[in-house]
Amino acid sequence: MSEKLSRRAFLKAGGLVAAVSTAELALNRTVTPAQAQGESGRVTLAYEPTEVAEAKSLKVGDVKNFNFPDASSPCVMLKMGEPVPGGVGPDQDIVAYSSLCSHKGCPVSFDADTKVLKCPCHFTMFDPEKAGQVVIGQATINLPQIVLEYDDGTDSVTAVAVTGLIYGRQANTL
Amino acid sequence: MAVFNDRVPLPPKDAQKTNMVCHFCIVGCGYHVYKWPANQEGGRAAGENALGLDFTKQLPPLTLTMTPAMHNVITDSDGRRYNIMIVADKDCVVNEGLSSARGGQMASIMYTPDGIGKERLKHPRIFRGDDWYDTDWETAMTIYAGLTKKILDAGDPNQLAFNCFDHGGAGGGFENTWGTGKLMFTAIQSEMVRIHNRPAYNSEVHSSRDMGIGELNNSYEDAELADTILTVGANAYETQTNYFLAHWLPNLQGSTVKKKKERFGDDTNAEKGRIVFVDPRRTATISLTEAAVGTDNVLHLDLQPGTDRALFNGLVTYIVEQGWHAEDFIKEATSGFDDMLAANTLTLAETAEITGVSEDKLKQAAEWIAKPGAGGNRPRTMIGYEKGVIWGNNNYDTIASIVNLALTIQSVGRRGTGVVRLGGHQEGYVRPPYPGGRPALFVDQELINGNGQMLTVWGCNAFQTTLNAEQYRAEILRRSNIVKEAMANARGASAEELVDVIYDAVTKDGGLFVTSIDLYPVKIAGAAHMLLPAAHPGEMNLTSMNGERRMRLSEKFMDPPGTAKPDCLIAAEIANAVKALYDAEGNTEMAERFSGFEWETEEDAFNDGFRQAGQDGAPPIDSQGGGTGNLVTYDRLRDMGNNGVQLPVQDYKDGKLIGTEMIYTDNKFGTADGKATFLPTPYDGLPEPVQAQKDKYGFWINNGRMNAVWQSLYHNKYMSFTNERFNMAPVEINPDDAAELGIESGDIVEIANDYGSTYAMAYLEPAVKSGQVFMLFGHYNGVMGDVTTDWTDENILPYYKGTWADIKRVGSLADAKQKISFKSRLYT
Repeated sequence: MSEKLSRRAFLKAGGLVAAVSTAELALNRTVTPAQAQGESGRVTLAYEPTEVAEAKSLKVGDVKNFNFPDASSPCVMLKMGEPVPGGVGPDQDIVAYSSLCSHKGCPVSFDADTKVLKCPCHFTMFDPEKAGQVVIGQATINLPQIVLEYDDGTDSVTAVAVTGLIYGRQANTL
Repeated sequence: MAVFNDRVPLPPKDAQKTNMVCHFCIVGCGYHVYKWPANQEGGRAAGENALGLDFTKQLPPLTLTMTPAMHNVITDSDGRRYNIMIVADKDCVVNEGLSSARGGQMASIMYTPDGIGKERLKHPRIFRGDDWYDTDWETAMTIYAGLTKKILDAGDPNQLAFNCFDHGGAGGGFENTWGTGKLMFTAIQSEMVRIHNRPAYNSEVHSSRDMGIGELNNSYEDAELADTILTVGANAYETQTNYFLAHWLPNLQGSTVKKKKERFGDDTNAEKGRIVFVDPRRTATISLTEAAVGTDNVLHLDLQPGTDRALFNGLVTYIVEQGWHAEDFIKEATSGFDDMLAANTLTLAETAEITGVSEDKLKQAAEWIAKPGAGGNRPRTMIGYEKGVIWGNNNYDTIASIVNLALTIQSVGRRGTGVVRLGGHQEGYVRPPYPGGRPALFVDQELINGNGQMLTVWGCNAFQTTLNAEQYRAEILRRSNIVKEAMANARGASAEELVDVIYDAVTKDGGLFVTSIDLYPVKIAGAAHMLLPAAHPGEMNLTSMNGERRMRLSEKFMDPPGTAKPDCLIAAEIANAVKALYDAEGNTEMAERFSGFEWETEEDAFNDGFRQAGQDGAPPIDSQGGGTGNLVTYDRLRDMGNNGVQLPVQDYKDGKLIGTEMIYTDNKFGTADGKATFLPTPYDGLPEPVQAQKDKYGFWINNGRMNAVWQSLYHNKYMSFTNERFNMAPVEINPDDAAELGIESGDIVEIANDYGSTYAMAYLEPAVKSGQVFMLFGHYNGVMGDVTTDWTDENILPYYKGTWADIKRVGSLADAKQKISFKSRLYT
């Protein structure tokens, strides 16, 4: 039953993953060479930094989809309008998160009225203004936050790492 | 706890795999524990890991829940380190692979020296001078057993008081309720025993049982088959999470229509289910249900606090007026209907006036729960109730009024119905009969009044959870300090000499010797002189049953820390130590009372209690397994996996235990004549002490639980994921009320009335009505019970939900405002 329910809700929420992986993939580009997995001395995962937006092109309330660290990992970028934890850009208000609910991987969507990212399958909500904290729900970790860096010379926002395990993976890098 | 939060090791194919039932809430979701050496990992390919999943690519949604919180590295007592991973069992019919916010943290809370469990008690501790010191079990038992014997020898076992768990899951289970029960009731024979969350030895559902109906009489599947679910004073998404998600919601969304048709043929409306919520508050469950299924089949009766009885009396009156009652059933299988109706009659207008619920809504509710369908079939209405009424205005009468409604519409013994408590902890009760009467002693009040010389607090914590808690704490601490001072002054005293020192302090000076037996040094440890370290599921084999009486074996997969032990073996340790003292002085009569605790393992306790109930030659035993518990063995239960067996067991056949899905299908009820009994339950307003607070103070202090820390707060206190969010009891307040009081989200507020005062952290929540607030119950940092009155019903059941107080701003924590999300918890 739960699966029936959940799949239905998932389908209703629909299409986000597919949309991201096709339409917006082209916007992503690698800005530095990949560091090899297993590189001697390394204890963190080797993410490939990826430019994902130009800060000044974003308006408050914008929701921008992208993929990181690879094409099968949809993410969402938000410009909140106030400085927030992990926020970058001229106003320190640009944040990004995995779009896959950390509970069971259904796509979360941004509710502009309540400013939460919410999952239609089991009703977990995450606060993008508090580092992805669980507002309520069944997740046992916050929504993985994409670590962003901002270059004020080029105005580029670059995804460089992920805090928290992306749903459906043993490690964030495949 | 994983060092890195962006990866987890996978269990290799040959990892040890055992069964684990989540030990926090009543639902008892099934999980699997994988355990394997710390230096090994499974591969990403599906064939290379025990989960059988292909991690070389992104898994699709709904495949599983696997987060770093579900992994840990433990050290066994032999020094070897192991990975553990605890993930939901897809084949468990209870949760169908769903993992909750609490169950999904079970790996995290298992003991590691530097993890969440690092504050665990590892050895017995004794308070000497002004601090705690570790000691060994022998020394602890010399004091505990010596004092027990000395007090018993004075002739009054009621001087030995206990606050003790009585449930299943963590801090409970059939093994541990039996071990403690045999010690308290057979060996010590004390009546001064209270149950973990209430101040006397009573049932939370006395009236239902008196009416002939045990409170857990259906299966979770019945929520899928019901035409209407009537839920009263419960918030199932937060407190029976996976029962709600896996069994209620699919019905409300229409996913079970086919199943209803197949099961009932023409005797069903075969439509998507409807739900009626009875709750003064707009809960998270109500909000998300409306978001998920629309509002057409959702009805919220937001009644005035404490008026539930009037609501049910009014509904019964209206249903009978319409001729929608189950006339044949009432005639053949019940008694007392006419007397009940005469006493309880309320018109819809009167009901609306008292409850504040409109007549239109009352009619709508009555139609949904009772109006026959076009084919004349009577709706199958499942009624589930919990703390809103269990801890509501007059527990006995209010629950009786719910059961009156259930009998009126035959919501019992038919599939798709049931009149059930939804539950808190799992259950797991097997004990010798309580030696006291009914009402039982109001133990809290006895202690406040200076009675009782020795108090053992076992797996519970009245300092955080009792009524009138501030006065209770003050008096227990005052009496405890008398003993602490005496012990401090006895410098260099041996354990035997300390017994005499303590005995003098408790018999001559009004002192109280307090022992806390628990996983952690909990709040009541502040009054204790001795701490004894207990174990929990995973560290011991444990059997419990969930809200549909489904019994499972949670298997041990690691050792408890230090010299901690399962509660049943602690009880045996105590009994054997007292017995040795009586043996030594040749008192065979008393030695005999303390005999029968020769248990090496928890399975020995299980075999001695649960399996002996009802057997020839066995003493009287009250068991939720009934007289067929003997059919259950650890081996048989292990074979039944996470689906276990629903009690009572009917048979053991072809290698399987055969259980009972629904009780009372034969319309034979638990009364002397087998007929279910209606009870008169006229509504008579609020109790006087409660009304006095309402007349004097501005806010109704509604209270309850929150999903993330439900039944798990004793661990969550040490877990950053939850304690950064809930390190102080939240209190939700209407924004307009808050503005008038100058309160913002994140402010610390004081809540005070004639009984006490407490602090909480304000959360502005528009859905909360003006003049009402909602506070988290049972928190370590903000004790709601401090402002609860001392009123109880006739069976000493408190009215935790019923008090009024004033609120004012105290201050603000800047970092809390920065870190905590104060956004509405209502999914819209």
